[in-house]
Amino acid sequence: MIPAAFEYHRPSEIGAALDLLQTHGDEARVLAGGHSLIPMMKLRMAAIEHLIDLRDIADLRGIHIDGTRIRIGAMVTQAELITHEGLASAAPILREAALQIADPQVRYMGTVGGNVANGDPGNDMPGLMQALGAEFDLAGPSGTRTVAARDFYEAAYMTAREDDEILTAIRFDATTGGFAYEKQKRKIGDYATAAAAVLITRDGDSVATASVAMTNLADTPIWSQAAADALTGTTCDAHAIRAATDAALADIDPTEDNRGPVEFKRHVAGIIISRAIARAWSRA
Amino acid sequence: MSKTAIKLNVNGKTEELLVEPRELLIYVLREKLNLTGPHVGCETSHCGACTVEIDGKSVKSCTMFAVQADGAQITTVEGLSTPDNLHVLQRMFREHHGLQCGYCTPGMITRAHRLLQENPNPTEADVRFGIAGNLCRCTGYQNIVKSILAAAAEINAAQEAAE
Ligand SMILES: Cc1cc2nc3c(=O)[nH]c(=O)nc-3n(C[C@H](O)[C@H](O)[C@H](O)COP(=O)(O)OP(=O)(O)OC[C@H]3O[C@@H](n4cnc5c(N)ncnc54)[C@H](O)[C@@H]3O)c2cc1C
Ligand code: FES
Ligand code: FES
Repeated sequence: MIPAAFEYHRPSEIGAALDLLQTHGDEARVLAGGHSLIPMMKLRMAAIEHLIDLRDIADLRGIHIDGTRIRIGAMVTQAELITHEGLASAAPILREAALQIADPQVRYMGTVGGNVANGDPGNDMPGLMQALGAEFDLAGPSGTRTVAARDFYEAAYMTAREDDEILTAIRFDATTGGFAYEKQKRKIGDYATAAAAVLITRDGDSVATASVAMTNLADTPIWSQAAADALTGTTCDAHAIRAATDAALADIDPTEDNRGPVEFKRHVAGIIISRAIARAWSRA
Repeated sequence: MSKTAIKLNVNGKTEELLVEPRELLIYVLREKLNLTGPHVGCETSHCGACTVEIDGKSVKSCTMFAVQADGAQITTVEGLSTPDNLHVLQRMFREHHGLQCGYCTPGMITRAHRLLQENPNPTEADVRFGIAGNLCRCTGYQNIVKSILAAAAEINAAQEAAE
């Protein structure tokens, strides 16, 4: 498994990385943790002539919590998400989800930017970002722009990011209330058969706000407005959870693969979504 | 394709090398530096037999290009001890039958080494979760977990005695 030859670049400024992307166009690709890209290069499913390693760009690092606003640099690793104490109290769902990604070695290397930019429907962070209503900052040759996570995913491996843009950071509000990231996988190191991210806030005995998103149940992550509506104002009893689960299931479009046929995936998705809602509510 | 000059610090020794950017770190360690402790099990980022420590992280060296490690501090299983003076993890693996064929062992031990640095008092569940990226086809893991817990206990006892 020897990848095709390429030239390696390691710029230390974002501007230099953007220039390299401009110069080499289609033949260039940025490298973050490499734990999605290098396996593809080994299989020669990705032909890249210029690899631009982002590891030396300091601006892409760091977790910043400013009041209720959180900014996470693209090159922050999954391991850093797990060990960051401030983040564990400001948005604990990140740690819960990151702990369910792959294994320790992958989490030391895999970055949040790579995970959200990759566009693989199996990646867990994109679903989570739907639930959080996160925004992605993109830097390109003509400046920077921000795209909502809910507008970012177009199809498998197709995102709103242009080839000459670099995702620099993700931003979202600190969460209050209950949260849960539930994932069913065949074994450690496998992508989700089905996963769901749920956030719920409580007002007395009833649901004030809810956000429900799903991973690997369509060719993009899915955020279900209908599921949130089905919960809002209810006491989150069994009836409401059933209604919200049915609404979420109406929004997905799983396909058959080595994790099972469509019927099985819908069955698993139903259980995972219901569990995630119940657990988020129990913590709200 | 032109070669790139890199400098690695491996097991405390500085190594200057010329590599092709596409060369994976595992092959540079094994074939250029003759460090055959890290093994190639799957080559697909799943088994952990190739695990080494890089700047305080456990890394699957089959999923990293050697050029990415330019400037890094690397520890392989060879760097943990000498044949006459085994590391406590190695002694405990021997004592508790933590290995059979031994193929996964260098990866298990380098991973366990990092795990105990980060969590000196792991529970059994912590150990199992912490070595989830390392596969063993022989032992059924039971004795590997036992060995790591025994090593943790011995390291802690030695530390207490020193204080
Ligand atoms: C055994 C194994 C199991 C795994 N299991 C899971 C799992 O269960 N869930 C999960 O979510 N992931 C899983 N992964 C994938 C892992 O989380 C990856 O690390 C992650 O998908 C990509 O992050 P990376 O930093 O490694 O990106 P890379 O592999 O470096 O890059 C991935 C893609 O994103 C692009 N990219 C990276 N950074 C940027 C940026 N800042 N701007 C623009 N484009 C960028 C690259 O050009 C490339 O196309 C697994 C990986 C392995 C090897
Ligand atoms: S050889 Fe690297 S993970 Fe198996
Ligand atoms: S001892 Fe044989 S693979 Fe683990």
